Amino acid sequence: MSTRLPTGGRLTDRTYRVGFTFNGKRLNGFAGDTLASALLANDQVLMGRSFKHHRPRGPVASGAEEPNALVNLGEGNRFEPNQRATTTELFDGLTATSQNHWPSLEMDIGAINTHLARVLPAGFYYKMFMYPRAFWKHVYEPFIRHSAGLGKAPDAGARDADRYEHFYHYTDVLVVGGGVAGLMAAKAAGQTGAKVLLLEQTAHWGGRAPVDGGLIDGQTPETWVTSVLNELHAMPNVTLRNRTMGAGVYDHGYALGYERLTDHAPDLDGPRHRLWRIRAAQIVTATGAIERPISFAGNDIPGVMLASAVRDYLVNWGVSIGDRTVVVTNNDDAYRTAIALKKAGLDVPAIIDARNYGGGALMAEAQGLGIRVEQGRGIAKVLGGKRVTGVAICNQQGEGAILDEIACDAVAMSGGWSPVVHLWSHCGGKLDWDEAGAFFRPRAEAGPTGADGKPFVSVAGAADGHMALASLLKDAAQTGTVAGNNAGFSGQTSAPDATDVPEKPLEPVWLMPQGARYDLRMKAWLDYQNDVKVSDVQLAAREGYESVEHTKRYTTLGMATDQGKLSNINGLATLSNALGEAIPEVGTTTFRPPYTPISMGVIAGEARGPLFQPIRQTPIHAWHENHDVHWEPVGQWRRPYCYPRGEEDHAQAVIREVKAVRQSLGLLDASTLGKIIVKGPDAGRFLDMLYTNMMSTLKPGKCRYGLMCSENGFLIDDGVVARLDEDTFLCHTTTGGADHIHAHMEEWLQTEWWDWQVYTANVTEQYAQIAVVGPNARKLLEKLGGMNVSKEALPFMTWVDGTLGGFPVRIFRISFSGELSYEIATPAGHGRALWDLLYAKGAEWNITPYGTEALHVLRAEKGFIMIGDETDGTVIPQDLGLDWAISKKKDDYLGKRAQARSHMTDPSRWKLVGLMTEDGSVLPEGAYAVAGGTNANDQRNTQGRVTSTYFSPTLGRGIAMGLVLNGPDRMDEVIEFTHVEGFTVPARIVDPVFYDPEGEKQNV
Amino acid sequence: MLTLKCPYCDVQAEETELHAGGEAHLTRHGPDSSDDSFESYLFTRENPKGVHFERWRHSHGCGKWFHAARCTMTMEVFGTYPAQTTKPPQAILDAITAKRPGWTWRELS
Repeated sequence: MSTRLPTGGRLTDRTYRVGFTFNGKRLNGFAGDTLASALLANDQVLMGRSFKHHRPRGPVASGAEEPNALVNLGEGNRFEPNQRATTTELFDGLTATSQNHWPSLEMDIGAINTHLARVLPAGFYYKMFMYPRAFWKHVYEPFIRHSAGLGKAPDAGARDADRYEHFYHYTDVLVVGGGVAGLMAAKAAGQTGAKVLLLEQTAHWGGRAPVDGGLIDGQTPETWVTSVLNELHAMPNVTLRNRTMGAGVYDHGYALGYERLTDHAPDLDGPRHRLWRIRAAQIVTATGAIERPISFAGNDIPGVMLASAVRDYLVNWGVSIGDRTVVVTNNDDAYRTAIALKKAGLDVPAIIDARNYGGGALMAEAQGLGIRVEQGRGIAKVLGGKRVTGVAICNQQGEGAILDEIACDAVAMSGGWSPVVHLWSHCGGKLDWDEAGAFFRPRAEAGPTGADGKPFVSVAGAADGHMALASLLKDAAQTGTVAGNNAGFSGQTSAPDATDVPEKPLEPVWLMPQGARYDLRMKAWLDYQNDVKVSDVQLAAREGYESVEHTKRYTTLGMATDQGKLSNINGLATLSNALGEAIPEVGTTTFRPPYTPISMGVIAGEARGPLFQPIRQTPIHAWHENHDVHWEPVGQWRRPYCYPRGEEDHAQAVIREVKAVRQSLGLLDASTLGKIIVKGPDAGRFLDMLYTNMMSTLKPGKCRYGLMCSENGFLIDDGVVARLDEDTFLCHTTTGGADHIHAHMEEWLQTEWWDWQVYTANVTEQYAQIAVVGPNARKLLEKLGGMNVSKEALPFMTWVDGTLGGFPVRIFRISFSGELSYEIATPAGHGRALWDLLYAKGAEWNITPYGTEALHVLRAEKGFIMIGDETDGTVIPQDLGLDWAISKKKDDYLGKRAQARSHMTDPSRWKLVGLMTEDGSVLPEGAYAVAGGTNANDQRNTQGRVTSTYFSPTLGRGIAMGLVLNGPDRMDEVIEFTHVEGFTVPARIVDPVFYDPEGEKQNV
Repeated sequence: MLTLKCPYCDVQAEETELHAGGEAHLTRHGPDSSDDSFESYLFTRENPKGVHFERWRHSHGCGKWFHAARCTMTMEVFGTYPAQTTKPPQAILDAITAKRPGWTWRELS
């Protein structure tokens, strides 16, 4: 059984007991434990179930590479699935549950899959779920959905209870990894005078060295780490952050750090996670190395663990995985585990060393402690189900004939070490295969380059393939110094002396025994989480998969949440052996950030809830809010949709508002409309290029409706242009268009006609604009007094400046409703007061504020188009019958040439018409008009679609506009429109102007 | 994430401050152009692996358009210059030649 030893555990504080629950069971650990070490201390080796076969699984590692020990953490608004027990620091009150099983962790029905393994090979999903086709909807899809995903998603109603933030940081040198190499590199870089940021993903500095031992400057690594830390803390140019993972490296020295501030202490104030957005001149990755498992049958049974992990649990947390641990290895390092276990008083029945030549000094030391060493041997299979009960050993060179069985309750395996090259590779750093170490290491001269064309990433220590302490520290000191120098600082730091135990070379072992029979290979796991075995990768190779990227996706090797950190190299080697190619020929899959998963919350940072997007408010916003407004988002603005009164629903409110405008007097907050000043001697010429119609001939004091197209010919915006004086125009744009139309103007001015003397300014927010609309509009303005607003003094499509009711205003006689209408602009600061005055004085005509929906209905009744309804980026003005607004006299305007292309002049383009249902009902939005026959995809042919559709209170029936094939030539014809319920709705093609076609109402 | 020096502000601007505007030095074709030349102006773009000239706008800065000469493969930036020109400044062409002998881009080399 796994248990806490009476002494030991350099990271735990035994004076402070921490209570937590696992699957509802109350357990205790110590301060400094991880969830994994605390569970192991309580003999809870079984922590989860694998994804595909539901195999019982315990932790195999002690850090970020852990594929098995994933748990649900927290409850309610703090619930999170797939949290690694090995990187979860224990705190008082932690609640964890295991996942991917039913009904319980110990008894899981899904484990039947493990007995079906023969029929669940690589590519099972592709092979199985093809036929019969009809099974998809009712059999396959529900089955896949049910079994998809590890863990469970948080409740739909849950909202993340924590805060997150982004943090911007600029530095000369970023060092990722706070092991001895990272500390050394940071010190060396810091001593050049460069500004240095050092990140460490765990809570502790020094990495593996304090566990692995050795001597640095005659001190233990632990003592050396403490003294270097003191030095670094004393350097004002060095910043240290633990619990912060270097998540990714991107172009031009950009890097992301993921700081976990309160995961280990939820009671602390402040944000939970912080995303460091770092820009560094130089980046040093000192990310260490990760031990590889060995592929033998049963290497996934709980109790089989990396040799380094067994050592970590023993030394760091005082936890033994078993009383009797068999060590299996192809290198000298694993002997350290055997020696540490033995010295802790635990039994090591045997060390199985796959090498015929055995190990070096460490082997001698182990043998001196009385440990049996079996050279040239391997594990044929691990015995046991939910826990290890023993191992059967065989010759490594054979096929698995059992020589001996050894009873044990834990297996510590080591297949060698792989440098963590992720950050080096994120931005394009190249790798070389190192034959001696059997790993990929960074190719120093082929690193990612920055804006200046020079490399900005370098690698220090074990991440660079330096596994021995002395060479690792020398490399780190050199790398840190060079990084400081490359960042523009001078100085030199020498490495401390270190002594290593000499080691014998590793022998690559990609399968144990090397000729293992099929029944053994199909129990030899590569990817633990996704249940990919040696036999699966070999099958993929036999089926013709040669590319490692294809094999990855076919077998799902390395696609689990650990992204192949643990054993991707084992998989690549298996594939290359099966293909008969060298490992470097097969290559690696692509390394992509983040290094380990980071929370969605930290990506969002502060940008959530009301801060997700700033809301733009008009000067009259507060009034709307106080009058039962129902808001509609329009771009970043909030505009009133309608103002329901009493028991009214929205539809009833809209009907009342439309009727009020048509019959008496309405009031609209039009402040959001875009207002762009275009000024200069060439302003008229410029606007002639931007608008389809002629603007240069507009007289000061007059207004003209204009259309704007892209160079592709498509209609992008419309609005009324007022000429303020000879050199100055005021262009109104749609609410959503103000910013991009201003950008559109600037783009053409700056990049095409930069010699034209024109200046533009977006003054949208400088003015409040209020539309006073309806037959009584003039009476209200006359009541306010101060200006002559008569038909003669201010005719339709003119504007005038003046003082209205004491306010400085510019009044435009323009109408988007077909009624007598004045749009009154006033400096934004006066907007609310003018609105209040108009509202108060308008009471005698029952003045009615109306919202965007009434505005839409009013314009649709008049057949006015709306950008975004009648247009969708594929519609040209000619489609909308707006030829009258396209100048025939102008040589050129943006879009003119495009509108002459054959597709644009095709007479079969759908054109705008009005539509009235035969029964008076409202056509569904976006409905298509059906035509006879079907197309190549067996879909019904279409001949048009609805672009706007409303209930018209004025006409008392549904009205619509739509684009219809040859529409204008088919007046009075009845065509059928689709309805989602499956039937069709007949509608008659009519003129799009439903109300006051002569324009008598607006021109009074 | 790129950084580009805005030639107007003289600041090293983050990509988040910038708006990408596609290929630089296009010649506008108007109403008199043939179908082929207009189509080419509207749609045909270089897609080089290597030296490229692009338009960028310092949209969250000064609002000005500028051009950047950049290597699409290594992200090396050879220089930036104001957009009010029909061809890249000689100094930038020289800088590219020094670093990428034998380079070509459209009619430039």
